[in-house]
Amino acid sequence: MTQDVYAGSSETTQGKVFTVTGQDWDSISEDLGEGAEERVVVNMGPQHPSTHGVLRLILELEGETVKEARCGIGYLHTGIEKNMEYRTWVQGTTFCTRMDYLSPFFNEATYALGVERLLDIEDDIPEKAQVLRVLLMELNRISSHLVCIATGGMEIGALTVMTIGFRERELVLDLFELITGLRMNHAYIRPGGVAQDLPPGALDEIRDFVALMKKRLAEYAALCNANPIFKARLENVGHLDLAGCLALGLSGPPLRSTGYPWDLRKTQPYCGYETYEFDVQTWDTCDSYGRFRVRLAEMGESLKIVEQAADRLAGLEDAPVMVGDKKIAWPSQLAIGSDGMGNSLDHIRHIMGESMEALIHHFKLVTEGFRVPAGQAYVPVESPRGELGAHVVSDGGTRPFRAHFRDPSFTNLQATSVMSEGGMVADVIVAIASIDPVMGGVDR
Amino acid sequence: MSDEHKEQGSDKERGTRTQDVVRAGTTTENAVGVRRGMFGARGSGDTSGYGGLVDPIVFPATSQRPFGGWFDEVADALEARLGDDGLEHAVERVVIHRGEITFHVRREDLPSVARLLRDDEALRFEFCSGVSGVHYPGDEGRELHAVYHLLSMTHNRRIRLEVSAPDADPHIPSIVGVYPTNDWHERETFDMFGIIFDGHPALTRILMPDDWPGHPQRKDYPLGGIPVEYKGGSIPPPDERRSYS
Repeated sequence: MTQDVYAGSSETTQGKVFTVTGQDWDSISEDLGEGAEERVVVNMGPQHPSTHGVLRLILELEGETVKEARCGIGYLHTGIEKNMEYRTWVQGTTFCTRMDYLSPFFNEATYALGVERLLDIEDDIPEKAQVLRVLLMELNRISSHLVCIATGGMEIGALTVMTIGFRERELVLDLFELITGLRMNHAYIRPGGVAQDLPPGALDEIRDFVALMKKRLAEYAALCNANPIFKARLENVGHLDLAGCLALGLSGPPLRSTGYPWDLRKTQPYCGYETYEFDVQTWDTCDSYGRFRVRLAEMGESLKIVEQAADRLAGLEDAPVMVGDKKIAWPSQLAIGSDGMGNSLDHIRHIMGESMEALIHHFKLVTEGFRVPAGQAYVPVESPRGELGAHVVSDGGTRPFRAHFRDPSFTNLQATSVMSEGGMVADVIVAIASIDPVMGGVDR
Repeated sequence: MSDEHKEQGSDKERGTRTQDVVRAGTTTENAVGVRRGMFGARGSGDTSGYGGLVDPIVFPATSQRPFGGWFDEVADALEARLGDDGLEHAVERVVIHRGEITFHVRREDLPSVARLLRDDEALRFEFCSGVSGVHYPGDEGRELHAVYHLLSMTHNRRIRLEVSAPDADPHIPSIVGVYPTNDWHERETFDMFGIIFDGHPALTRILMPDDWPGHPQRKDYPLGGIPVEYKGGSIPPPDERRSYS
């Protein structure tokens, strides 16, 4: 038994405490001696490679059977919602993009859509901005599902699934970098439109990626779909039927794996999703394997949408990407200079040398921001994990009065208990991986 | 800096009530306070005159019938069923703003209303997107609001329920019995706002550590400043920095 400086005594009122940190298992069983209890409480995480982030699991085990499973969360709480109350409406985008770090564009989109509804400019958003939002959200869905499948594979020992998953994700991140300048934390979708136009050559890169990804998706299917080991680990694990999903508020792939085709992109479309051709993917097994198949098929649908969006963008060259209202739109376009990206030199020349009024306007809009009429809005979007919605409240000021994010990871993680109790310890990992919680979104 | 801020005080202390500053013809029923000045500067040589601005903060007004669209169907069905159960006054008012409908519900009736909304065939709000707290320090007697977003997948409709409680008595009945998904959401709202959801099976903190003092999302929660290594200077907490109001 190793000595743990943080847990001095191993005798508590709740029974003997063991600290297991990778030593020989025999030393534990020797220590247990004759009076071994069958029922043990195992604390797993928050620093554990299989808990999908800083998630803490408290498992009550009898042998290898899980009797009770509870989650401890909050280890990644950063007060993003509180911070947003002290920044302007536009700056809010840079905060919420950091919540669910695997689907930043969705965080930005639901926030921007809520603010736009309060501003009553939903109909004024330029078409190109909407198409760009759809394009990036669908690329993001692919990268997010890839991480889900990759890490899920790693956690059950399928390391090849992980390496190929991250290989393809890297390609998507390259596209993000090309379009927004950053691999994550983009702050690209902003109230009123998007931050900047597509760079030259981006459409070709996107088309190349789609062509490549179509081949690669088939490889995933060939590698996993009928793989007996993969299926044996995933099938009938983490079972949750439709009634359970609705009661626990689960949305996204877990809900669709019960056969119910609920997808906000179809049922309550936003950003013009009603004009794209795609299918809602479902499965009917209510288990982890079903959720894997739903995600895999959704990536194919996302590729279809990306293709359509790219075609539309080809016909929208030089179209505006921000609302025309100069009291909302950021005053300058970004440009690449010798020292990196910044305000375009034309704009600097204009405000510094030509127009005092333009300088005042720039200063006011950047430091003070715009006012949003008092009220509240909730415009959810279908994120890779389910219904993601921002409850945005304004008191008529230049900063959010309150922004609350209904994060699907947070809600879906509640299903851990029902999905894993009564099963084996090893299946807890599979069940959680099939929920695909991202702790940045859970804890915010 | 700090003296300036003490001076701001509450509106009551300064003898200005919302009703006194509202333009004629506008409603004050949803006013939650007043906004003063513009540049966040007080007591200095502000010669612009904007520092003297006093503006009421008024939230969207109560809507009158007909609401339009499916809003009337939901309101009718809810009203009829509430009447059957002797809960005619459960819905205090209805606000429609930007195409979203909000039912303000008396807090003691929340579980009954939620159950009706979930189970009645004409309503069928089977999915709850959780609860979000909002703290309105200026809304006297109803400072704490709990906002529930409900979704009917059957009818493809969304509504919002809003319940309020005073700071002095921060109790709201739990609806975990109706929507089990609200378990964690109510814990989060308790954690962040100190709203006590009566009847919740295990109302403990969820995001903050168990022994954390205070409820961080409340508007009166003290924020920390940052000491900087320059002649003993410090960066004031965000709520005490000069900002546009």
